[in-house]
Amino acid sequence: MQHEAWESEGAKGTLLQVKDLRTQFFTLEGVIKAVDGVSYDVRQGETVAIVGESGCGKSVSALSIMRLIPYPPGRIVAGEIWFNGRNLLALTDEEMRQVRGKEIAMIFQEPMTSLNPTLTIGRQLTETLEAHLKMSASEAEGRAAELLRLVGIPEPERRLRQYPHQFSGGMRQRVMIAMALSCNPKLILADEPTTALDVTIQAQILELMKELSQRFGVAMVIITHNLGVVARYADQVNVMYAGKMIEQGSARDIYESPRHPYTLGLLRSVPRLDQPRKARLEPIDGQPPDLAHLPPGCSFRLRCTFAIDRCAHEVPPLIPVGAGHVSACWVADTLHGK
Amino acid sequence: MGTIGPQPGGRRQEEANSEGDILLEVRRLRKYFPLTSGVLFQRRVGLIKAVDDVSFSIRKGETLGLVGESGSGKTTTGRCILQLDRPTSGEVRFEGRDLAQLDEAELRPVRRRMQVIFQDPYSSLNPRMTIGQIIGEPVRVHEIVQGKEEVRERVRELLSVVGLNPRMADRFPHELSGGQRQRVGIARALSLQPSFIVCDEPVSALDVSIQAQIINLLEDLQAQFGLTYLFIAHDLSVVRHIGDRVAVMYLGKIVEVAYRRELYENPLHPYTKALLSAVPIPDPAVEAKRERIVLKGEVPSPLNPPCGCVFHPRCPIAIPECSQVVPELREVSPNHWVACIRAEGYQSAPAHSG
Repeated sequence: MQHEAWESEGAKGTLLQVKDLRTQFFTLEGVIKAVDGVSYDVRQGETVAIVGESGCGKSVSALSIMRLIPYPPGRIVAGEIWFNGRNLLALTDEEMRQVRGKEIAMIFQEPMTSLNPTLTIGRQLTETLEAHLKMSASEAEGRAAELLRLVGIPEPERRLRQYPHQFSGGMRQRVMIAMALSCNPKLILADEPTTALDVTIQAQILELMKELSQRFGVAMVIITHNLGVVARYADQVNVMYAGKMIEQGSARDIYESPRHPYTLGLLRSVPRLDQPRKARLEPIDGQPPDLAHLPPGCSFRLRCTFAIDRCAHEVPPLIPVGAGHVSACWVADTLHGK
Repeated sequence: MGTIGPQPGGRRQEEANSEGDILLEVRRLRKYFPLTSGVLFQRRVGLIKAVDDVSFSIRKGETLGLVGESGSGKTTTGRCILQLDRPTSGEVRFEGRDLAQLDEAELRPVRRRMQVIFQDPYSSLNPRMTIGQIIGEPVRVHEIVQGKEEVRERVRELLSVVGLNPRMADRFPHELSGGQRQRVGIARALSLQPSFIVCDEPVSALDVSIQAQIINLLEDLQAQFGLTYLFIAHDLSVVRHIGDRVAVMYLGKIVEVAYRRELYENPLHPYTKALLSAVPIPDPAVEAKRERIVLKGEVPSPLNPPCGCVFHPRCPIAIPECSQVVPELREVSPNHWVACIRAEGYQSAPAHSG
């Protein structure tokens, strides 16, 4: 297995490299370190999951890649984002516009709010095609219909003339996927792409995304709060907590032998249909962290059942716990087999 | 026995109280919303059958899980039980009386006995009121206790019951996290000492790590106060945890009802099977081996439901007859009710074990 992993690493080049990214928001309450020194890689064609609860910085890290952090109050204060040999943080605004939507596309959680309600679906699709690929109006229309067919929307020619409110939630998310794919991007960032959808539609959309990414060799970063959703699709899993990366590894390692108490807690707290029903659920105690008032030391310490004295004053760095598997926990070694 | 399942038709079974008293009984409930067009002169152009002939009962102390996708009518069913929406027809018998027949004045004392916990703890709390005022208001209005200090004391008590620090009474909703707000919503529901609570997706807006806290709390409170729950949710793994029995709704109709174990180990309706197979399992090894039934298409509009069985256009095992006959909910094995004419002919391995 390990051998296989090495081989694929050699075969696929790194597409995206996020290095020590720091994004902060300057508010009346003080400086909020939404993303605090986060690093991860995405290889070509790979699906990477970023998991964490609300406020952990997972969406801000994706928006930082797109350089869509509203300033003020937010600003990327440090780090590098290498994509295809260029540091995105060093590009001019105009150069960045060429990357956005064309080389890196984004899919948001709520498709209704990310589509323009006053424009037809057709117009919204052709706009990108005309802007980025310099297509003529009729070429763009043909391609738009092709894209809708690709994402499984029946009668694309008729649907192109309709408005977003005439589409159901699942269909709107398909439109968003079609838009994301329209300029043949190398990377798609999907921020909670199925959270607003029904279970049976969730399955449809995830299958579709997986199929298309394999077919076109597009790499995907899927951001989610639910470890269950990505188990089937992710190659690599990154777990974030309070603005920091706390565990990284292959999906297999993360689900089979989690080595951070938070990851362990997340996996234990959800009831599982494939296992006997437990008499009681095992939640993670306490509340999600308030980024404006983080405790010193490890920020998960107050909710952690394994915490030791050292956790109170020393922030644990990411340390290797296996091949390609790192955990930011002082007691990571003792978690083996838990 | 008979009272455990839903009771289609006028079949009433008074005798079967052997497994506990019935607290709530819903019979042939229908809720149709007229669809109008025009601003000044509204013409009725259609009828949305949000809930269409739904029957079930809940015993004292029991939790009935009601699952379905958006638009299945599960929330409207809850609202009709609470008489927040008055049913178009059918009965809602609660503690022996048919609420659908009562007027607003007669309903007031009943409303104390049945409460609701909403999905979104952000929009269901008044942002201008303190937590103490939010929880204290129903206590004052319904005169549960007399006097300012007594109300305050009751609020403190309720806060500690739901696991919040009594000092929270002076805070405002925006100062609280999602999980804390949902606890406030629960405290407010408890403030009137109800016997029955409709929990409408109480955890789906919360983070995974907090969901389990709230579910454990709801279970503890049920044991402590002998509460009866109708637990509405779309998450089948959560419902398996909390529901004693589970009813599955699709497009305004109940398609399957059974005891938890039976429903999850031996689902009979093709929609239930598809729903179960769509639930993701947090384990790549299990997921890799798992067969997944991905349903074609989407839930049709309740404005224009398919004829015959409402599920037949998406059903993987539909036969021509399915588009002609509306399947009756029938008891295929003791306490296991299914509305599918092919339920027995088509058996497959259970979706999971345990």
